[in-house]
Amino acid sequence: MKESLKTALDGRTLTARLSGELDHHTASAIREGIDTELFKTRPEVLVLDFTEVDFMDSSGIGLIIGRSEVARATHTAIRITGMSERHLRLLRMSGISKLDNVTLG
Amino acid sequence: MKRIINEMKLRLPALSVNEAVARSVISAFAAELNPTVEELGDLRCAVSEAVTNCIVHAYKQLPEGEVGYVYISVRLYDVREVSVEISDNGCGIENVALARTPAYSTGSSERCGMGFLVMESFTDSLSVKSRVGKGTTVLMRKCFS
Repeated sequence: MKESLKTALDGRTLTARLSGELDHHTASAIREGIDTELFKTRPEVLVLDFTEVDFMDSSGIGLIIGRSEVARATHTAIRITGMSERHLRLLRMSGISKLDNVTLG
Repeated sequence: MKRIINEMKLRLPALSVNEAVARSVISAFAAELNPTVEELGDLRCAVSEAVTNCIVHAYKQLPEGEVGYVYISVRLYDVREVSVEISDNGCGIENVALARTPAYSTGSSERCGMGFLVMESFTDSLSVKSRVGKGTTVLMRKCFS
């Protein structure tokens, strides 16, 4: 199966590049991958890069909300980047803009 | 009176790997109506939500080792409309109105409770019928431009 997550640490910034299809099935491995790196590196900023995500349903939103909870434990701010207009539509439907440790852009 | 031009039935075990299978098969089937990329993307997402609901919720009370099924029926109409019915014989939903409320979820903290909202937003109509202990049927219609 195609690799669906690549992570890289640059200084105090951890970047997680997601790719392929993000649904309930694939989300669990991506979640575990991100959380492992998050606790290992305890970065200031976690960048979730969606540029290479071809498909996403509300499981992607659940993934972001879940990471925002985990990131509170590591005092990490989350930045979301590379979302297509389609993914942004899902994002706008959710209450993600209300999360104080998640920013878009 | 609209006429059915093609139809398909699909029965898949309620395994999460089949979320991708269901949306791929249905979007390939609906491609006959030449929808836009955008419209097909909407349909894929709505189907993914409905199938995920069956997998996450419907059969959670089944004993270990037993697997439930997701039943899918797709119809293409000559008025550039597709209907997708997705049902299960699972636990059913006690309060459908409450389940359809955005952000309501009985799932884990990784589930955001947006499934029905996405289905509703990405299709032209959504109906949900459920009986506790019997199962749930979701019917979605999507019209292509």
